[in-house]
Amino acid sequence: MATSGNGKATGGVIVLVGTMKGAFILRSDGAREKWSVDGPHFRGEAVYAMLHDTRGAKPRTFAATRSFHWGGTIRTSDDLGRTWSEPERHAVRFPEDSGLALTQIWQITPGRADEPDALYCGVEPAMRFQSRDRGESWTPVEGLLANEQRPQWQPGGGGLCLHTILLDPSDANRMLVAVSAAGVYRTDDGGKTWRARNAGVRAEFLPDKFPEFGQCVHKVVHHPARPERLFLQNHWGLYRSDDWGDSWHDIANGVPSDFGFAMQMHPRDLDTVYIVPLESDEFRCTPDARLRVYRTRDAGSSWEPLEKGLPQNGAYETVLRDALTADSRDPAGIYFGTRAGKLFGSADDGDTWRELADGLPPVVCVKAAIAGE
Amino acid sequence: MITVELPRALAELIDGRTTVTLDESCATAGEALSALSRKSAAVADRVLDERGEVRPHVNVFVGEESIRFLQGLETPLTGDSRILIIAAVSGG
Repeated sequence: MATSGNGKATGGVIVLVGTMKGAFILRSDGAREKWSVDGPHFRGEAVYAMLHDTRGAKPRTFAATRSFHWGGTIRTSDDLGRTWSEPERHAVRFPEDSGLALTQIWQITPGRADEPDALYCGVEPAMRFQSRDRGESWTPVEGLLANEQRPQWQPGGGGLCLHTILLDPSDANRMLVAVSAAGVYRTDDGGKTWRARNAGVRAEFLPDKFPEFGQCVHKVVHHPARPERLFLQNHWGLYRSDDWGDSWHDIANGVPSDFGFAMQMHPRDLDTVYIVPLESDEFRCTPDARLRVYRTRDAGSSWEPLEKGLPQNGAYETVLRDALTADSRDPAGIYFGTRAGKLFGSADDGDTWRELADGLPPVVCVKAAIAGE
Repeated sequence: MITVELPRALAELIDGRTTVTLDESCATAGEALSALSRKSAAVADRVLDERGEVRPHVNVFVGEESIRFLQGLETPLTGDSRILIIAAVSGG
């Protein structure tokens, strides 16, 4: 990895952009000023999850692709998208006796630092799969299938998708997942059993506003250095938990709307989180036609709008749950894409922004990594 | 001899062949797709999901008729049946 004299990473950034009609790969120079755009890869296929995995001896890029006709799979590249490999048979498969079939892969998550060949993926219908060989093969973690609440889970607008996977870096048995619209579930026994962890999270669309499960959670983030503290963007509601989801409290302090999808943790500052509020669940566009990212630097006690360089007139934009991300540089690069096909980036922790691409198909996924890392 | 005609998107998974001839006798459309999977698991995997059902936006025709309007995978075949696999129109 390229570093400056003070040890800070200075390498160019790779931004992976998954859209409804293929994937794009953006690369920057070391200053993050000049960008190239490569794509579309997988022309016509929806790409809801991507990952550039820099663990191990050689980086590997993953793309979860879904053909409208021929099904979904995970493709891999060891040369940053110049060539892609895909298994002969789709590798992410439900057990035959489950009666279920894969609709879409929503998330690809790298394993812990001490399991460099491990990966996890979350799919629709809600299920978690794991790989122990860098994505060559995948096996279902069947505890979620046996969960006694599962028959009552209802799909959200995007389907019954398991879209978030958070790992406890120091406890291989603990993991948290989020399912729309079932809520947050946590395992403390390596995936054998899962318990709902939604106390305090409101379900606006149910008669019982605080049920044990059934919440439509849109995204959950945490920092590996403080994994028990979670931030949650709900279908109405912003929340924080300080105890691995055992309890949640409202942190929608000073935002124009507590509805939204996307949420991103700062790569180093444990109190800094980014969101993009949307006006309502009916309109689902940025409030007042102004595209503003909101940032908290005090773990949700207050939020500030970030708008310098972002359109503030006629900007009816939507940013979806995995379309906001950060690189690991200092200051951090923050990136997001919109359903209107625009991609924006900031090289200064979100203080100022510029448009990196326009005219892309609807953006559903944005992920960043440092080149050469 | 039963023949299976493939769209270009699937032909590239089986050496570019758009027509596959099945050597085995197959009494039903399901048996023919099983025979196809023995020639190319990749092609069959894109036609059938892990439950063994035809994917929602894929149409399988025996002659001129979709098997959805016949007997599904139990649709009977004759010795010279022609099976067409076509991506459904799936749009407005």
